Amino acid sequence: MLEQFKKGLLKTREKFVNRLESLFSRSEIDDLFFDELEEILISADVGVETTIKITGMLKERLKDEKIKERSTAREVLKKLLVEMLEDDGQSKLASAPHPPAVYLVLGVNGVGKTTTIAKMAYRYAQEGKRVLLAAGDTFRAAAIEQLEEWSRAVGVGMIKHQAGGDPSAVIFDAVNAAVARQVDVLICDTAGRLHTKMNLLEEVKKIYRVINKVLPGAPHETLLVLDATTGHNGIAQARLFGEAVPVTGLILAKLDGTAKGGIVLAVKDITGIPVKLIGVGEKKNDLQPFDAGHFVEALLDVK
Amino acid sequence: MFGRLSEKLQETFRRLKRKGKLSEKDVDEALREVRLALLEADVNYRVVKNFTAVLKERAVGAEVFQSLTPGQQVVKIVHEELVKLMGETQSKLASADNPPRAVMLVGLQGSGKTTTAAKLARFLKSSGSKPLLVAADVYRPAAIEQLEILGKDLSIPVFSYGKDDPGKIASLALKHAAAEGNDYVILDTAGRLHVDEQLMDELARLKAGIKPVEILLVVDAMTGQDAVNVAQAFHEQLELSGIILTKLDGDTRGGAALSVKAVTNCPIKFVGLGEKIESFEPFHPDRMASRILGMGDVLSLIEKAQSVVDEEKSRALEKKMRSQTLTLEDFLEQLQQVKQMGPIEDLLEMMPGFQKAGKGLKNLSVDDKQIVQIEAIIKSMTREERQRPEIINSGRRKRIAAGSGTAVQDVNRLLKQFDQMKKLLKKVHSLEKGKTKKHKGLLPF
Ligand SMILES: Nc1nc2c(ncn2[C@@H]2O[C@H](COP(=O)(O)OP(=O)(O)OP(=O)(O)O)[C@@H](O)[C@H]2O)c(=O)[nH]1
Ligand SMILES: [Mg+2]
Repeated sequence: MLEQFKKGLLKTREKFVNRLESLFSRSEIDDLFFDELEEILISADVGVETTIKITGMLKERLKDEKIKERSTAREVLKKLLVEMLEDDGQSKLASAPHPPAVYLVLGVNGVGKTTTIAKMAYRYAQEGKRVLLAAGDTFRAAAIEQLEEWSRAVGVGMIKHQAGGDPSAVIFDAVNAAVARQVDVLICDTAGRLHTKMNLLEEVKKIYRVINKVLPGAPHETLLVLDATTGHNGIAQARLFGEAVPVTGLILAKLDGTAKGGIVLAVKDITGIPVKLIGVGEKKNDLQPFDAGHFVEALLDVK
Repeated sequence: MFGRLSEKLQETFRRLKRKGKLSEKDVDEALREVRLALLEADVNYRVVKNFTAVLKERAVGAEVFQSLTPGQQVVKIVHEELVKLMGETQSKLASADNPPRAVMLVGLQGSGKTTTAAKLARFLKSSGSKPLLVAADVYRPAAIEQLEILGKDLSIPVFSYGKDDPGKIASLALKHAAAEGNDYVILDTAGRLHVDEQLMDELARLKAGIKPVEILLVVDAMTGQDAVNVAQAFHEQLELSGIILTKLDGDTRGGAALSVKAVTNCPIKFVGLGEKIESFEPFHPDRMASRILGMGDVLSLIEKAQSVVDEEKSRALEKKMRSQTLTLEDFLEQLQQVKQMGPIEDLLEMMPGFQKAGKGLKNLSVDDKQIVQIEAIIKSMTREERQRPEIINSGRRKRIAAGSGTAVQDVNRLLKQFDQMKKLLKKVHSLEKGKTKKHKGLLPF
């Protein structure tokens, strides 16, 4: 069975590549066109449900606009996907009416929260802003040391307590310090946690409440970091974190690999949470504002 | 999402069964549901295609046609083939002959290597080995400190040599292990992208230098379609010996397990099930198969139910459960059947839909002795009381307790349990309602 299976796999792979190449090159739109499109979307982790929705919507538009050529269909598809992803805020992080702006960063384990925070801090520091970090991950071994190392590397301050302490207590101090020191931006790290752990989501709620109490109107952004390699589970992550606290934006990390991160299309479609930033590497300047057009281009680029 | 496949398949089977005989088209229909479920579980698209092709061959075969229950036969085949593909038996870690021997953990950034290194060390220690942990991630800030802290908590030695060359660190660690009498030397390497040539070369050199007994790829169970690319690249460049799946304590279906296995043919050896260092187990292919199919343990449910439950009755009961008109009489009847099938909570857990709503199941747990008692209590009720338990006031409770030779508390407990069960059903019901707007096989298969 296994041998047979592997052989089959190789064969399909060849076929797969050929098919992808043909998707937009052949001229007419037929059933095969939609099969191939589904293959591309599923393979990019757009998710089964959203893929079905997208192909359905595309079919309708092509019919309405009486489009018959693949090249035109491609433009319509791109437009459709960009529309799905776009947000009025144009991926800019909200600023505070009076500084500090407080950003709370959340996500499951290992998605890239701490590194992303370092990159954000670096970017704001480059813009001449005064930045403070809060070492809100008191749980994972050496998480505080990790953020501290980054804070030195990018030249910003950091508020920490001891490992094992209460995260909301650190955050409480950090918000107060941010106000007292008149910094422009405070970014709060938190421990990675699975969205299925109710007690850990309660902890997030508490952190959120504490921030809001010390500084009404804050946090100005609550950002959920998703790993670009994540499959359908990204939907559950966004949904459950979003139920715990009002998540205002996504950060899609690790887009420098071969994963396309298509699950953000499903997340945006289902929860309405837009992508704001993308992570494209491990260095301090590997952070970019999200550009729906570029993202869609890369998603459909099947070389 | 959980249980969707089994529900769909059961629907299909019911229809198919009425026809009595299974045609190739019927098999296709059932397989379409299987395909969708596998894709939703994040099994790679290409892997799914090949898997269902193999399935079809078997399903269309005589095996199914001759079966009295073709539908259930299909599920069984799916499950069997999944298990087969994932490795039928558990695979152990290679033994450390001529110690010390190195075990390399490799993988993408954030997949969980450092925690897994500590978990594996603890696992080995508890089975009598003398592991040494080695901090060979010299890139991520504070990775060395992280491993040192974990080692200290476990009283397992950690070898570190600053941010030097990983190859040099590893060979020094092996010398150190030889001197200290350690058998396994577990290397925590830095996370890296499979397309980062420079860093992949570094791993290849590291491997050549220390000749590890195991090179284990650590894979996040939440990984989507890209898992095949990652596994393939690591395997091509390092010749992996096994896989460890992490973060399985969440609600991911974990289809990446199947993808990774399919492209590398390496056994999945362990799974990580939580942030606690003890949350680490040998891999069970059968459990993983059920999980990927999102069907709880529907197979054993089917088998059990087939042998004991009158199908008509159970269908009627299911309907009542879904419409929430369950009475204590039904409960009693169910109990009598259940008595022959095993603990009730197992049964509920096996039912699609309950996994998600079933968080409160612990309180519902009922053992055999209790079943006898419950039977006695329900039998001491009037018909009206059984149908409308809300009328059972304290006077009636006393009477029922006396009649059944139990205490009032026992009666109270039963009524509470029944109430909880109804609430649970309501929850399941609303869960199901929330997902009725389902796509109906619009994908081309
Ligand atoms: N290639 C790549 N790696 C990244 C990116 N962002 C983060 N990483 C790496 O992913 C790994 C985990 O990143 P962390 O920032 O520690 O992730 P985290 O979410 O804070 O992890 P926990 O706090 O342990 O839950 C590190 O090795 C990072 O260098 C990215 O955009 N691209
Ligand atoms: Mg972190």
